[in-house]
Amino acid sequence: MLVGALFPLNHLGHYLHWHFINVSVANTTVMILMIAVFVAAVALPFPGRRERKGK
Amino acid sequence: MKRRYRPDVDVPEWTGGHYPYDILKEGTIALVVVLLITVTLSIFFGSPDEPAITIKAWSTAAPIDYAQTAFSELNGTSGTASYGAPYNQGDSQRLGPLQLEKWMGVRIPINAAQDFVLGPLQSLPGQPALTSALHTFQTASDATRNAWFDAYTKAEATMSFAKDQVVVPTTAAGPVPLMINDLTAMARSGALDQALLTRNSFYTTNYTQTLLLLSDGTYLANVAQQQHLLGTQWGMMNETGSYPGQAWLWLYTLWYQVPPYSQSSNGDVEVFGTLVLLSAFLLFVPFIPGLRSVPRRLGIYKLIWREHYRDQS
Amino acid sequence: MNVEQQWTTRLRKRAVATLPPQKLLPDTQPAYVSSWVYVFGVATLASLIIVIGTGCILAIGGPSWWHNSSIGNFCNSLHMWSVEIFFFAMVVHLWGKFAMAAWRGGRAMTWMTGVVTFLVSIVTAFTGYLSQSNFDSQWISTQAKDGINATGAGGFFNVLNMGQMLMWHIVLLPLVAVLLTVVHVVLVRIKGVVPPIETEVAP
Ligand code: HEM
Repeated sequence: MLVGALFPLNHLGHYLHWHFINVSVANTTVMILMIAVFVAAVALPFPGRRERKGK
Repeated sequence: MKRRYRPDVDVPEWTGGHYPYDILKEGTIALVVVLLITVTLSIFFGSPDEPAITIKAWSTAAPIDYAQTAFSELNGTSGTASYGAPYNQGDSQRLGPLQLEKWMGVRIPINAAQDFVLGPLQSLPGQPALTSALHTFQTASDATRNAWFDAYTKAEATMSFAKDQVVVPTTAAGPVPLMINDLTAMARSGALDQALLTRNSFYTTNYTQTLLLLSDGTYLANVAQQQHLLGTQWGMMNETGSYPGQAWLWLYTLWYQVPPYSQSSNGDVEVFGTLVLLSAFLLFVPFIPGLRSVPRRLGIYKLIWREHYRDQS
Repeated sequence: MNVEQQWTTRLRKRAVATLPPQKLLPDTQPAYVSSWVYVFGVATLASLIIVIGTGCILAIGGPSWWHNSSIGNFCNSLHMWSVEIFFFAMVVHLWGKFAMAAWRGGRAMTWMTGVVTFLVSIVTAFTGYLSQSNFDSQWISTQAKDGINATGAGGFFNVLNMGQMLMWHIVLLPLVAVLLTVVHVVLVRIKGVVPPIETEVAP
């Protein structure tokens, strides 16, 4: 017997369809996360220099 | 005289301070974090593994589709039989005056009728009726064969499958019905999978013939459609099930969805050419005036280096 | 014979001059290096290491191991998810370096080796999908053949030949990707981190 994952994603996916654009929910999630991470990386303060200088 | 300063190309010498930064520690933390995320995602979601479709599975699940495909290989109307380079003679896609496909020539020769129908049938031992049917077929003139093909094609629409037999309501197709029927039986037994693979060698890692045959039928595409993998469904980006796929191919598959590419018979090579051009733009951004100023105009850099600019003012 | 004339000596002197140890492994960074955007190059590198590590484990078991072993299957999951993270990090890295116009100050080669690594990674991932030996690879290969054939490359790079694709995936393309990555990172170290955009220079 193969021991599988806790929540395998083998069921058929959901898809977002808008005009000619057609993307799976999984891929959309990945892309939204990418944008969110980029925005966070730009916006969030980077620890280190300032704190140490105590400014 | 010194050259004029170009803000998108040059940088002023850094005369400001430095501060301690441990890149090895940064790298180690990154490695641990990525490993943790990877392990977590794997434990929770695993990965997809839809079993491969054999010719046996296909001809068992959809014998009529298989039989019709086999006939299209025999009469030369299948996708593979009329493909062109690199498999055989035929039309090729054009990019303006370029016929790259054709110029490279037939490098993986495939004779659909011989490789997918006649060859496998000839390999079946001890079947007198089949042997004589094959003999009749191979010694017939082209005109006779075409008459058989026409008769079979007309009857094909009402083809049925009952009691393990392919039933085609025609008597004017000569040996063709028997050949297609026996080939379907061979496929359903699993022998055709073997025959196509091990024809030239015991060891094999090359599935070109089996895959070409599979892709000539509609069964494979039907399964793919259910999994939302068709080209017209932006399938290039998708994975089976609900897993994320190759999202990074969005720009490749996008062009297939829009005119003129979506309507062109040269779509594949035109999309490829477009991507080569776009990649060249990305590659040469540092040298393309206008394009290389985009970051400065976007102004995101002001946020990234906000501490530096604050210190400056 | 003069030691200074030796190839070995000259190579060493040249190497040390272009990339002295304090540049290769610096313990300080310029004050402007203070943003999370900088970590995505390293994150890409870290995920590349995990991609290759998990790929090596899959290689130990052989190409069909992961279909019928729970451990093999788990290693396949690790490999797949680390690839997703690798591309994730690489794209955020690309956006970041674009936003910073990080090709300035003689860093065009750094940018260009990055772009080529990105393209090579896409081809590597593609051959990986072809090497899965399951329904997904059947479908992807039969679809992709038309695209590749249309360019004329299909006769040499046969996506339907699983053995050939597996070799490209586990030997040739990773070799190229890793070499490019090494050149890329060494270039970054030689040039140092790009200073902020200044619209004009003080006279
Ligand atoms: C395997 C893929 C890659 C790896 C492992 C990688 C790794 C790195 C690392 C470790 C750095 C230094 C740290 C940092 O500034 O983030 C860096 C810098 C850089 N990367 Fe990448 N990179 C990859 C792909 C790319 C791509 C796709 C691009 C852009 C198209 C790119 C463009 C750059 C540039 C321009 C720099 C110089 C930054 C500076 O001087 O401040 N890299 N890369």
